[in-house]
Amino acid sequence: MSKRINEFVIEGCIKLSGLVVILFVASIFLFLLKDALSLFGVHSPLDFLFGKSWLPISEPPKFGMIPLLLGSLYVTLGAIVICVPLGVCSAMFIAEVAPTYLKNILKSLVEILAAIPSVVLGFIGIVWLGPFLRNTFGLSTGMCGLTGSLLLAFMALPTVISISEDALIGVPKAFKEAAYGLGATRWQTLWRIVLPAASSGIIAAVMLGIGRVIGETMVVMMVTGNSPVMPKSLLQPLRTLTATIAGEMGETVAGSEHYFALFAVGLILFIITFIINFIADICLRKARR
Amino acid sequence: MTALLLAVAGIAGCKETVDPNEPVGFIQVKGSDTIVNAAQEVAEEFMKDYPHVFVAVTGGGSGVGIASLINKTCNVATASREMKAKEVEVALKHGVTPKEFTVAYDGVAVIVNKDNPVDKLTIEDLHKIYTGKVKNWKEFGGKDLGIVTISREVSSGTHMYFKEEVVQLGKKGSPEEFSSETLLLSSSQAIVEEVAGNEGAIGYLGMGYTSERTKSLLVAKDGTGYPPNVENVKQKKYPLSRGLYFYTNGEPNGVTKLFIDFTMGPKGQERFRNTGFVPTGEHIVEKN
Repeated sequence: MSKRINEFVIEGCIKLSGLVVILFVASIFLFLLKDALSLFGVHSPLDFLFGKSWLPISEPPKFGMIPLLLGSLYVTLGAIVICVPLGVCSAMFIAEVAPTYLKNILKSLVEILAAIPSVVLGFIGIVWLGPFLRNTFGLSTGMCGLTGSLLLAFMALPTVISISEDALIGVPKAFKEAAYGLGATRWQTLWRIVLPAASSGIIAAVMLGIGRVIGETMVVMMVTGNSPVMPKSLLQPLRTLTATIAGEMGETVAGSEHYFALFAVGLILFIITFIINFIADICLRKARR
Repeated sequence: MTALLLAVAGIAGCKETVDPNEPVGFIQVKGSDTIVNAAQEVAEEFMKDYPHVFVAVTGGGSGVGIASLINKTCNVATASREMKAKEVEVALKHGVTPKEFTVAYDGVAVIVNKDNPVDKLTIEDLHKIYTGKVKNWKEFGGKDLGIVTISREVSSGTHMYFKEEVVQLGKKGSPEEFSSETLLLSSSQAIVEEVAGNEGAIGYLGMGYTSERTKSLLVAKDGTGYPPNVENVKQKKYPLSRGLYFYTNGEPNGVTKLFIDFTMGPKGQERFRNTGFVPTGEHIVEKN
Protein backbone atom coordinates (compact mmCIF):
# COMPACT_ATOMS: atom_id res chain seq x y z
CA MET A 1 0.00 0.00 0.00
CA SER A 2 2.72 2.45 1.04
CA LYS A 3 4.57 1.55 -2.11
CA ARG A 4 1.56 2.70 -4.07
CA ILE A 5 1.41 6.01 -2.19
CA ASN A 6 5.12 6.48 -2.78
CA GLU A 7 4.66 5.90 -6.44
CA PHE A 8 1.71 8.27 -6.54
CA VAL A 9 3.69 11.04 -4.85
CA ILE A 10 6.75 10.60 -7.06
CA GLU A 11 4.65 10.45 -10.19
CA GLY A 12 2.86 13.60 -9.08
CA CYS A 13 6.14 15.41 -8.51
CA ILE A 14 7.46 14.49 -11.92
CA LYS A 15 4.22 15.53 -13.56
CA LEU A 16 4.36 18.82 -11.68
CA SER A 17 7.95 19.55 -12.82
CA GLY A 18 6.91 18.92 -16.39
CA LEU A 19 3.94 21.24 -16.06
CA VAL A 20 6.08 23.93 -14.41
CA VAL A 21 8.43 23.93 -17.41
CA ILE A 22 5.49 24.31 -19.78
CA LEU A 23 4.17 27.08 -17.56
CA PHE A 24 7.54 28.88 -17.72
CA VAL A 25 7.69 28.78 -21.49
CA ALA A 26 4.08 29.86 -21.80
CA SER A 27 4.50 32.75 -19.38
CA ILE A 28 7.70 33.94 -21.08
CA PHE A 29 5.82 33.93 -24.34
CA LEU A 30 2.83 35.78 -22.88
CA PHE A 31 5.11 38.31 -21.17
CA LEU A 32 6.92 39.00 -24.45
CA LEU A 33 3.66 39.13 -26.35
CA LYS A 34 2.09 41.60 -23.93
CA ASP A 35 4.97 44.08 -24.08
CA ALA A 36 5.54 43.57 -27.79
CA LEU A 37 1.90 44.18 -28.64
CA SER A 38 1.97 47.38 -26.58
CA LEU A 39 4.27 48.76 -29.27
CA PHE A 40 1.60 48.40 -31.89
CA GLY A 41 -0.68 50.72 -29.96
CA VAL A 42 1.72 53.59 -30.68
CA HIS A 43 3.65 52.33 -33.71
CA SER A 44 2.32 50.78 -36.89
CA PRO A 45 2.98 47.00 -37.02
CA LEU A 46 3.62 47.24 -40.76
CA ASP A 47 6.36 49.81 -40.19
CA PHE A 48 7.90 47.50 -37.63
CA LEU A 49 7.71 44.31 -39.68
CA PHE A 50 8.68 45.77 -43.05
CA GLY A 51 10.47 49.01 -42.17
CA LYS A 52 13.96 49.34 -43.58
CA SER A 53 15.52 51.69 -41.05
CA TRP A 54 16.20 51.27 -37.36
CA LEU A 55 16.70 54.70 -35.78
CA PRO A 56 15.55 54.33 -32.17
CA ILE A 57 16.72 57.66 -30.75
CA SER A 58 15.71 59.93 -33.61
CA GLU A 59 12.73 62.26 -33.57
CA PRO A 60 10.44 60.64 -34.54
CA PRO A 61 12.03 57.22 -33.95
CA LYS A 62 11.91 54.54 -36.62
CA PHE A 63 11.64 50.91 -35.62
CA GLY A 64 11.97 48.94 -38.86
CA MET A 65 13.32 45.49 -38.02
CA ILE A 66 14.15 44.27 -41.53
CA PRO A 67 17.85 45.30 -41.36
CA LEU A 68 18.19 43.54 -38.01
CA LEU A 69 16.39 40.41 -39.18
CA LEU A 70 18.51 40.24 -42.33
CA GLY A 71 21.63 40.86 -40.25
CA SER A 72 20.79 37.89 -38.04
CA LEU A 73 19.91 35.67 -41.00
CA TYR A 74 23.10 36.53 -42.92
CA VAL A 75 25.36 35.84 -39.96
CA THR A 76 23.51 32.63 -39.12
CA LEU A 77 23.56 31.32 -42.69
CA GLY A 78 27.25 32.13 -42.95
CA ALA A 79 27.98 30.31 -39.71
CA ILE A 80 25.96 27.26 -40.74
CA VAL A 81 27.62 26.99 -44.16
CA ILE A 82 31.00 26.98 -42.43
CA CYS A 83 30.10 24.84 -39.47
CA VAL A 84 27.92 22.04 -40.87
CA PRO A 85 30.38 20.38 -43.26
CA LEU A 86 33.14 20.70 -40.69
CA GLY A 87 30.97 19.46 -37.86
CA VAL A 88 29.40 16.52 -39.70
CA CYS A 89 32.77 15.38 -41.08
CA SER A 90 34.34 15.58 -37.62
CA ALA A 91 31.44 13.57 -36.25
CA MET A 92 31.91 10.94 -38.97
CA PHE A 93 35.59 10.74 -38.18
CA ILE A 94 35.02 10.46 -34.43
CA ALA A 95 32.18 7.96 -34.72
CA GLU A 96 33.44 5.65 -37.46
CA VAL A 97 37.06 6.14 -38.38
CA ALA A 98 39.18 7.26 -35.46
CA PRO A 99 40.91 4.67 -33.25
CA THR A 100 39.70 4.64 -29.63
CA TYR A 101 42.53 6.73 -28.10
CA LEU A 102 42.11 9.47 -30.71
CA LYS A 103 38.35 9.33 -30.31
CA ASN A 104 38.69 10.06 -26.58
CA ILE A 105 41.09 12.93 -27.14
CA LEU A 106 38.87 14.48 -29.82
CA LYS A 107 35.75 14.14 -27.71
CA SER A 108 37.29 15.95 -24.77
CA LEU A 109 38.67 18.65 -27.08
CA VAL A 110 35.17 19.23 -28.45
CA GLU A 111 33.92 19.56 -24.90
CA ILE A 112 36.61 22.13 -24.14
CA LEU A 113 35.57 24.02 -27.27
CA ALA A 114 32.05 24.24 -25.86
CA ALA A 115 33.41 25.67 -22.62
CA ILE A 116 35.12 28.73 -24.12
CA PRO A 117 33.18 31.81 -22.95
CA SER A 118 31.74 33.80 -25.85
CA VAL A 119 33.28 37.05 -24.65
CA VAL A 120 36.73 35.49 -25.06
CA LEU A 121 35.92 34.54 -28.64
CA GLY A 122 34.66 38.09 -29.22
CA PHE A 123 37.92 39.48 -27.93
CA ILE A 124 39.89 37.21 -30.25
CA GLY A 125 37.63 38.48 -33.04
CA ILE A 126 38.40 42.12 -32.28
CA VAL A 127 42.15 41.88 -31.87
CA TRP A 128 43.05 39.10 -34.27
CA LEU A 129 40.41 37.64 -36.60
CA GLY A 130 38.91 41.00 -37.66
CA PRO A 131 42.23 42.60 -38.67
CA PHE A 132 43.30 39.31 -40.30
CA LEU A 133 40.19 39.17 -42.49
CA ARG A 134 40.50 42.86 -43.33
CA ASN A 135 44.05 42.39 -44.59
CA THR A 136 43.34 39.09 -46.34
CA PHE A 137 40.26 40.18 -48.26
CA GLY A 138 41.18 43.87 -48.54
CA LEU A 139 38.02 44.92 -46.69
CA SER A 140 37.37 48.43 -45.43
CA THR A 141 36.90 47.02 -41.94
CA GLY A 142 37.26 43.68 -40.16
CA MET A 143 34.11 44.39 -38.15
CA CYS A 144 31.83 42.53 -40.52
CA GLY A 145 29.37 39.69 -40.84
CA LEU A 146 32.02 37.17 -41.86
CA THR A 147 34.01 37.66 -38.64
CA GLY A 148 30.82 37.00 -36.71
CA SER A 149 29.94 33.95 -38.85
CA LEU A 150 33.37 32.37 -38.36
CA LEU A 151 33.31 32.80 -34.59
CA LEU A 152 29.71 31.60 -34.35
CA ALA A 153 30.55 28.57 -36.47
CA PHE A 154 33.23 27.83 -33.92
CA MET A 155 30.68 28.13 -31.13
CA ALA A 156 28.11 25.90 -32.82
CA LEU A 157 30.63 23.17 -33.69
CA PRO A 158 30.40 21.28 -30.36
CA THR A 159 26.59 21.08 -30.63
CA VAL A 160 26.69 19.89 -34.24
CA ILE A 161 29.52 17.41 -33.63
CA SER A 162 28.14 15.74 -30.52
CA ILE A 163 24.56 15.37 -31.76
CA SER A 164 25.63 14.15 -35.22
CA GLU A 165 27.99 11.71 -33.57
CA ASP A 166 25.17 10.32 -31.42
CA ALA A 167 23.07 9.93 -34.55
CA LEU A 168 25.86 8.10 -36.41
CA ILE A 169 26.55 5.77 -33.49
CA GLY A 170 22.83 5.08 -33.20
CA VAL A 171 22.71 3.48 -36.66
CA PRO A 172 22.08 -0.29 -36.10
CA LYS A 173 25.19 -2.43 -36.48
CA ALA A 174 23.28 -4.79 -38.76
CA PHE A 175 23.17 -2.12 -41.48
CA LYS A 176 26.94 -1.89 -41.58
CA GLU A 177 27.45 -5.62 -41.35
CA ALA A 178 25.09 -6.16 -44.26
CA ALA A 179 26.96 -3.57 -46.32
CA TYR A 180 30.36 -5.10 -45.57
CA GLY A 181 28.87 -8.53 -46.31
CA LEU A 182 27.91 -7.33 -49.78
CA GLY A 183 31.50 -6.29 -50.36
CA ALA A 184 31.14 -2.53 -49.81
CA THR A 185 34.27 -0.66 -48.77
CA ARG A 186 34.44 1.29 -45.50
CA TRP A 187 33.97 4.58 -47.32
CA GLN A 188 31.00 3.31 -49.33
CA THR A 189 29.38 2.02 -46.15
CA LEU A 190 29.92 5.28 -44.32
CA TRP A 191 28.80 7.52 -47.16
CA ARG A 192 25.94 5.49 -48.63
CA ILE A 193 24.58 3.57 -45.65
CA VAL A 194 25.46 5.11 -42.31
CA LEU A 195 25.10 8.78 -43.25
CA PRO A 196 21.65 8.45 -44.88
CA ALA A 197 20.45 6.27 -42.01
CA ALA A 198 21.53 8.97 -39.52
CA SER A 199 20.20 11.84 -41.61
CA SER A 200 17.31 12.89 -39.37
CA GLY A 201 19.63 13.04 -36.39
CA ILE A 202 22.10 15.11 -38.39
CA ILE A 203 19.37 17.51 -39.50
CA ALA A 204 18.39 17.86 -35.86
CA ALA A 205 22.03 18.65 -35.04
CA VAL A 206 22.08 21.32 -37.71
CA MET A 207 18.83 22.85 -36.49
CA LEU A 208 20.08 22.96 -32.90
CA GLY A 209 23.28 24.53 -34.21
CA ILE A 210 21.20 27.22 -35.94
CA GLY A 211 19.29 27.80 -32.72
CA ARG A 212 22.57 28.24 -30.87
CA VAL A 213 23.92 30.67 -33.45
CA ILE A 214 20.90 32.88 -33.94
CA GLY A 215 20.50 33.47 -30.21
CA GLU A 216 24.16 34.25 -29.55
CA THR A 217 24.70 37.85 -28.51
CA MET A 218 28.08 38.73 -27.07
CA VAL A 219 30.22 37.66 -30.00
CA VAL A 220 28.13 39.35 -32.68
CA MET A 221 27.85 42.52 -30.63
CA MET A 222 31.62 42.69 -30.30
CA VAL A 223 32.70 41.87 -33.84
CA THR A 224 30.01 42.64 -36.44
CA GLY A 225 30.17 46.44 -36.18
CA ASN A 226 26.43 46.80 -35.41
CA SER A 227 25.61 49.10 -38.32
CA PRO A 228 21.85 48.97 -38.92
CA VAL A 229 22.20 48.73 -42.71
CA MET A 230 20.29 46.54 -45.14
CA PRO A 231 23.10 43.99 -45.58
CA LYS A 232 24.11 43.08 -49.11
CA SER A 233 26.98 40.74 -48.30
CA LEU A 234 28.68 39.09 -45.38
CA LEU A 235 31.76 41.23 -45.97
CA GLN A 236 30.12 44.38 -44.62
CA PRO A 237 29.16 45.44 -41.10
CA LEU A 238 25.67 44.50 -39.97
CA ARG A 239 23.50 44.52 -36.87
CA THR A 240 21.70 41.49 -35.47
CA LEU A 241 18.46 41.17 -33.48
CA THR A 242 20.28 39.99 -30.37
CA ALA A 243 22.95 42.72 -30.40
CA THR A 244 20.22 45.33 -30.76
CA ILE A 245 18.41 44.14 -27.66
CA ALA A 246 21.62 43.86 -25.63
CA GLY A 247 23.02 47.18 -26.81
CA GLU A 248 19.90 49.25 -26.30
CA MET A 249 17.94 47.69 -23.45
CA GLY A 250 19.87 49.49 -20.71
CA GLU A 251 18.94 52.95 -21.89
CA THR A 252 15.23 52.44 -22.33
CA VAL A 253 12.77 53.71 -19.77
CA ALA A 254 10.34 50.98 -18.74
CA GLY A 255 7.10 51.51 -20.64
CA SER A 256 8.53 53.70 -23.41
CA GLU A 257 8.08 53.09 -27.12
CA HIS A 258 11.71 52.04 -27.51
CA TYR A 259 11.32 49.56 -24.63
CA PHE A 260 8.32 47.94 -26.28
CA ALA A 261 10.10 47.89 -29.65
CA LEU A 262 12.94 45.87 -28.10
CA PHE A 263 10.40 43.44 -26.67
CA ALA A 264 8.89 43.11 -30.12
CA VAL A 265 12.37 42.26 -31.44
CA GLY A 266 12.65 39.73 -28.63
CA LEU A 267 9.33 38.21 -29.66
CA ILE A 268 10.50 37.80 -33.26
CA LEU A 269 13.66 36.11 -32.00
CA PHE A 270 11.64 33.85 -29.72
CA ILE A 271 9.36 32.79 -32.57
CA ILE A 272 12.34 32.03 -34.82
CA THR A 273 14.14 29.91 -32.23
CA PHE A 274 10.87 28.22 -31.30
CA ILE A 275 10.27 27.14 -34.90
CA ILE A 276 13.86 25.96 -35.31
CA ASN A 277 13.78 23.93 -32.11
CA PHE A 278 10.41 22.50 -33.10
CA ILE A 279 11.83 21.26 -36.41
CA ALA A 280 14.87 19.87 -34.59
CA ASP A 281 12.59 18.04 -32.21
CA ILE A 282 10.58 16.46 -35.02
CA CYS A 283 13.81 15.31 -36.68
CA LEU A 284 15.15 13.86 -33.44
CA ARG A 285 11.93 11.92 -32.93
CA LYS A 286 12.16 10.55 -36.44
CA ALA A 287 15.77 9.59 -35.82
CA ARG A 288 14.90 7.64 -32.69
CA ARG A 289 12.27 5.56 -34.44
CA MET B 1 21.50 29.53 27.39
CA THR B 2 23.65 32.10 29.09
CA ALA B 3 26.63 30.76 27.23
CA LEU B 4 24.79 31.21 23.94
CA LEU B 5 23.86 34.77 24.82
CA LEU B 6 27.44 35.49 25.74
CA ALA B 7 28.62 34.02 22.48
CA VAL B 8 26.21 36.21 20.53
CA ALA B 9 27.30 39.24 22.51
CA GLY B 10 30.90 38.26 21.83
CA ILE B 11 30.30 38.13 18.08
CA ALA B 12 28.50 41.45 18.19
CA GLY B 13 31.32 42.91 20.22
CA CYS B 14 33.83 41.92 17.56
CA LYS B 15 32.03 44.08 15.03
CA GLU B 16 33.45 47.53 14.61
CA THR B 17 31.29 50.00 16.49
CA VAL B 18 30.01 52.77 14.27
CA ASP B 19 29.80 56.26 15.68
CA PRO B 20 26.10 57.17 15.45
CA ASN B 21 27.05 60.51 13.91
CA GLU B 22 29.05 58.80 11.19
CA PRO B 23 27.21 58.69 7.84
CA VAL B 24 26.30 55.16 6.74
CA GLY B 25 24.76 54.13 3.46
CA PHE B 26 24.95 52.94 -0.10
CA ILE B 27 25.04 55.07 -3.24
CA GLN B 28 24.50 53.68 -6.72
CA VAL B 29 26.13 55.83 -9.41
CA LYS B 30 25.32 54.81 -12.97
CA GLY B 31 25.63 56.12 -16.50
CA SER B 32 28.18 57.68 -18.80
CA ASP B 33 31.12 55.57 -19.89
CA THR B 34 33.03 58.81 -20.44
CA ILE B 35 32.75 59.68 -16.76
CA VAL B 36 32.95 56.17 -15.30
CA ASN B 37 36.71 56.24 -14.57
CA ALA B 38 36.68 59.71 -13.04
CA ALA B 39 33.56 58.88 -11.02
CA GLN B 40 35.22 55.69 -9.78
CA GLU B 41 38.23 57.67 -8.58
CA VAL B 42 36.01 60.23 -6.87
CA ALA B 43 34.10 57.37 -5.22
CA GLU B 44 37.29 55.75 -3.94
CA GLU B 45 38.50 59.07 -2.52
CA PHE B 46 35.05 59.64 -0.99
CA MET B 47 35.05 56.21 0.65
CA LYS B 48 38.38 57.03 2.30
CA ASP B 49 36.76 60.03 3.98
CA TYR B 50 33.48 58.24 4.74
CA PRO B 51 34.41 54.60 5.29
CA HIS B 52 30.84 53.53 6.12
CA VAL B 53 29.32 54.74 2.89
CA PHE B 54 29.67 52.40 -0.05
CA VAL B 55 29.60 53.91 -3.52
CA ALA B 56 29.08 51.61 -6.53
CA VAL B 57 29.95 53.11 -9.90
CA THR B 58 28.86 51.48 -13.16
CA GLY B 59 28.86 52.58 -16.79
CA GLY B 60 26.75 51.58 -19.76
CA GLY B 61 26.21 55.00 -21.32
CA SER B 62 24.50 58.27 -20.40
CA GLY B 63 21.18 56.92 -21.68
CA VAL B 64 21.51 53.97 -19.32
CA GLY B 65 22.12 56.31 -16.36
CA ILE B 66 19.20 58.57 -17.19
CA ALA B 67 16.89 55.60 -17.75
CA SER B 68 17.84 54.10 -14.42
CA LEU B 69 17.31 57.43 -12.65
CA ILE B 70 13.80 57.43 -14.12
CA ASN B 71 13.34 53.74 -13.28
CA LYS B 72 14.61 54.61 -9.76
CA THR B 73 17.42 52.06 -9.83
CA CYS B 74 20.25 54.52 -9.08
CA ASN B 75 20.84 57.48 -6.79
CA VAL B 76 23.09 59.46 -9.09
CA ALA B 77 22.96 59.33 -12.89
CA THR B 78 26.07 60.48 -14.72
CA ALA B 79 25.76 61.86 -18.25
CA SER B 80 28.03 63.34 -20.87
CA ARG B 81 25.11 65.24 -22.37
CA GLU B 82 22.20 67.23 -20.99
CA MET B 83 18.91 65.47 -20.46
CA LYS B 84 16.59 65.94 -23.42
CA ALA B 85 13.34 67.82 -22.86
CA LYS B 86 11.49 64.62 -23.68
CA GLU B 87 13.45 62.68 -21.04
CA VAL B 88 12.68 65.34 -18.41
CA GLU B 89 9.02 65.04 -19.35
CA VAL B 90 9.11 61.24 -18.98
CA ALA B 91 10.95 61.60 -15.66
CA LEU B 92 8.32 63.96 -14.26
CA LYS B 93 5.63 61.53 -15.38
CA HIS B 94 7.39 58.80 -13.36
CA GLY B 95 7.56 61.07 -10.32
CA VAL B 96 11.25 61.88 -10.71
CA THR B 97 12.41 65.52 -10.65
CA PRO B 98 15.87 65.54 -12.21
CA LYS B 99 18.32 67.97 -10.67
CA GLU B 100 21.40 68.73 -12.71
CA PHE B 101 24.97 69.34 -11.51
CA THR B 102 27.71 70.26 -13.95
CA VAL B 103 30.72 68.38 -12.57
CA ALA B 104 33.36 69.00 -15.25
CA TYR B 105 34.01 69.90 -18.87
CA ASP B 106 35.28 67.61 -21.61
CA GLY B 107 36.31 67.76 -25.24
CA VAL B 108 35.26 65.14 -27.78
CA ALA B 109 38.40 64.07 -29.61
CA VAL B 110 38.18 62.92 -33.23
CA ILE B 111 40.72 60.19 -33.86
CA VAL B 112 42.18 58.62 -37.00
CA ASN B 113 44.88 56.06 -37.78
CA LYS B 114 48.47 57.19 -37.31
CA ASP B 115 49.23 56.53 -40.99
CA ASN B 116 46.48 58.87 -42.11
CA PRO B 117 48.07 62.10 -43.48
CA VAL B 118 44.99 64.21 -42.71
CA ASP B 119 45.62 66.40 -39.64
CA LYS B 120 42.73 68.81 -39.52
CA LEU B 121 39.02 68.73 -40.34
CA THR B 122 36.25 71.26 -39.90
CA ILE B 123 32.91 70.48 -38.29
CA GLU B 124 31.43 70.71 -41.79
CA ASP B 125 33.91 68.06 -43.04
CA LEU B 126 33.04 65.79 -40.13
CA HIS B 127 29.37 66.28 -40.93
CA LYS B 128 29.94 65.17 -44.53
CA ILE B 129 31.95 62.16 -43.39
CA TYR B 130 29.51 60.95 -40.76
CA THR B 131 26.40 61.42 -42.87
CA GLY B 132 28.06 59.47 -45.68
CA LYS B 133 28.13 62.38 -48.17
CA VAL B 134 31.88 62.00 -48.60
CA LYS B 135 33.28 58.48 -48.58
CA ASN B 136 36.92 58.89 -49.54
CA TRP B 137 39.90 60.42 -47.73
CA LYS B 138 41.29 61.99 -50.91
CA GLU B 139 38.58 64.68 -50.68
CA PHE B 140 40.42 66.01 -47.64
CA GLY B 141 43.92 65.66 -49.06
CA GLY B 142 44.42 62.14 -47.77
CA LYS B 143 45.06 58.85 -49.52
CA ASP B 144 42.65 57.34 -52.03
CA LEU B 145 41.03 55.22 -49.36
CA GLY B 146 37.47 54.59 -48.26
CA ILE B 147 36.40 56.20 -44.99
CA VAL B 148 35.13 53.86 -42.28
CA THR B 149 33.06 55.86 -39.81
CA ILE B 150 32.92 54.63 -36.23
CA SER B 151 30.59 55.72 -33.49
CA ARG B 152 29.53 54.63 -30.02
CA GLU B 153 26.24 52.80 -29.45
CA VAL B 154 23.01 54.80 -29.23
CA SER B 155 23.03 54.56 -25.42
CA SER B 156 26.17 56.71 -25.31
CA GLY B 157 25.92 60.39 -24.39
CA THR B 158 28.89 61.08 -26.64
CA HIS B 159 26.93 59.56 -29.55
CA MET B 160 24.03 61.88 -28.82
CA TYR B 161 26.28 64.93 -28.42
CA PHE B 162 28.11 64.16 -31.66
CA LYS B 163 24.85 63.57 -33.46
CA GLU B 164 23.48 66.96 -32.41
CA GLU B 165 26.66 68.98 -32.95
CA VAL B 166 28.14 67.31 -36.01
CA VAL B 167 25.57 65.16 -37.80
CA GLN B 168 22.79 67.71 -37.37
CA LEU B 169 25.21 70.68 -37.19
CA GLY B 170 23.56 71.96 -34.03
CA LYS B 171 20.18 72.47 -35.72
CA LYS B 172 17.40 71.10 -33.55
CA GLY B 173 14.98 68.82 -35.39
CA SER B 174 17.29 68.40 -38.38
CA PRO B 175 16.45 65.20 -40.31
CA GLU B 176 20.13 64.27 -40.76
CA GLU B 177 21.18 60.86 -39.39
CA PHE B 178 24.44 58.98 -38.99
CA SER B 179 25.11 57.11 -42.22
CA SER B 180 23.66 53.63 -41.71
CA GLU B 181 27.07 52.15 -42.53
CA THR B 182 28.56 53.71 -39.40
CA LEU B 183 29.93 51.06 -37.05
CA LEU B 184 28.27 51.29 -33.63
CA LEU B 185 30.74 49.96 -31.09
CA SER B 186 29.97 49.34 -27.45
CA SER B 187 33.06 50.89 -25.85
CA SER B 188 35.66 53.60 -26.32
CA GLN B 189 38.31 50.88 -26.12
CA ALA B 190 36.81 49.06 -29.13
CA ILE B 191 36.92 52.34 -31.07
CA VAL B 192 40.60 52.88 -30.25
CA GLU B 193 41.32 49.26 -31.22
CA GLU B 194 39.65 49.56 -34.63
CA VAL B 195 41.09 53.01 -35.45
CA ALA B 196 44.60 51.92 -34.40
CA GLY B 197 44.46 48.99 -36.80
CA ASN B 198 42.47 50.41 -39.71
CA GLU B 199 43.99 53.09 -41.93
CA GLY B 200 40.65 54.31 -43.27
CA ALA B 201 38.89 54.55 -39.93
CA ILE B 202 37.70 57.65 -38.09
CA GLY B 203 36.16 57.65 -34.61
CA TYR B 204 35.38 59.95 -31.72
CA LEU B 205 35.56 59.67 -27.93
CA GLY B 206 35.93 61.72 -24.75
CA MET B 207 39.42 63.25 -24.70
CA GLY B 208 40.27 61.41 -21.46
CA TYR B 209 40.27 58.20 -23.50
CA THR B 210 42.64 59.17 -26.31
CA SER B 211 45.55 56.80 -26.74
CA GLU B 212 49.11 56.89 -28.04
CA ARG B 213 48.11 54.42 -30.71
CA THR B 214 45.83 56.80 -32.59
CA LYS B 215 46.07 60.38 -33.83
CA SER B 216 43.74 63.12 -32.60
CA LEU B 217 42.71 65.56 -35.33
CA LEU B 218 42.69 69.32 -35.02
CA VAL B 219 39.05 70.38 -35.23
CA ALA B 220 38.03 73.73 -36.68
CA LYS B 221 34.73 75.55 -36.58
CA ASP B 222 35.76 78.09 -39.17
CA GLY B 223 39.43 78.59 -39.93
CA THR B 224 41.85 77.69 -37.19
CA GLY B 225 41.94 74.11 -35.97
CA TYR B 226 42.58 73.29 -32.34
CA PRO B 227 43.76 70.05 -30.74
CA PRO B 228 41.56 68.60 -28.01
CA ASN B 229 43.25 69.45 -24.70
CA VAL B 230 42.41 70.87 -21.31
CA GLU B 231 43.59 74.38 -22.19
CA ASN B 232 41.53 74.66 -25.38
CA VAL B 233 38.43 73.28 -23.73
CA LYS B 234 38.84 75.71 -20.82
CA GLN B 235 39.12 78.67 -23.19
CA LYS B 236 36.24 77.33 -25.29
CA LYS B 237 38.48 77.31 -28.38
CA TYR B 238 37.99 73.63 -29.12
CA PRO B 239 34.66 73.41 -30.98
CA LEU B 240 33.56 70.03 -29.64
CA SER B 241 33.47 70.92 -25.94
CA ARG B 242 30.70 69.91 -23.61
CA GLY B 243 29.71 69.67 -19.97
CA LEU B 244 29.63 66.50 -17.92
CA TYR B 245 26.69 66.14 -15.58
CA PHE B 246 25.42 64.37 -12.49
CA TYR B 247 21.67 64.05 -12.02
CA THR B 248 19.79 63.27 -8.83
CA ASN B 249 16.10 62.80 -8.15
CA GLY B 250 15.12 66.12 -6.58
CA GLU B 251 17.34 67.91 -4.08
CA PRO B 252 19.91 65.34 -2.95
CA ASN B 253 19.85 64.42 0.73
CA GLY B 254 21.71 62.19 3.18
CA VAL B 255 24.75 60.40 1.84
CA THR B 256 23.89 61.32 -1.76
CA LYS B 257 24.20 64.99 -0.84
CA LEU B 258 27.55 64.27 0.82
CA PHE B 259 28.74 62.59 -2.36
CA ILE B 260 27.58 65.40 -4.65
CA ASP B 261 29.18 68.02 -2.37
CA PHE B 262 32.38 65.99 -2.31
CA THR B 263 32.40 65.73 -6.13
CA MET B 264 31.88 69.47 -6.52
CA GLY B 265 34.46 70.23 -3.81
CA PRO B 266 38.24 70.53 -4.27
CA LYS B 267 39.03 66.82 -3.70
CA GLY B 268 36.45 65.62 -6.22
CA GLN B 269 37.42 68.22 -8.81
CA GLU B 270 41.06 67.24 -8.42
CA ARG B 271 40.13 63.67 -9.43
CA PHE B 272 38.45 64.96 -12.57
CA ARG B 273 41.56 66.96 -13.44
CA ASN B 274 43.73 63.85 -12.93
CA THR B 275 41.61 61.77 -15.29
CA GLY B 276 41.94 64.28 -18.12
CA PHE B 277 38.87 66.48 -17.70
CA VAL B 278 38.46 70.18 -17.04
CA PRO B 279 37.28 70.94 -13.49
CA THR B 280 34.46 73.38 -13.03
CA GLY B 281 34.18 76.24 -10.60
CA GLU B 282 30.51 76.52 -11.32
CA HIS B 283 27.78 75.88 -8.86
CA ILE B 284 24.47 74.11 -8.99
CA VAL B 285 22.31 75.02 -11.98
CA GLU B 286 18.60 74.43 -11.53
CA LYS B 287 16.92 72.50 -14.34
CA ASN B 288 13.21 73.32 -14.65
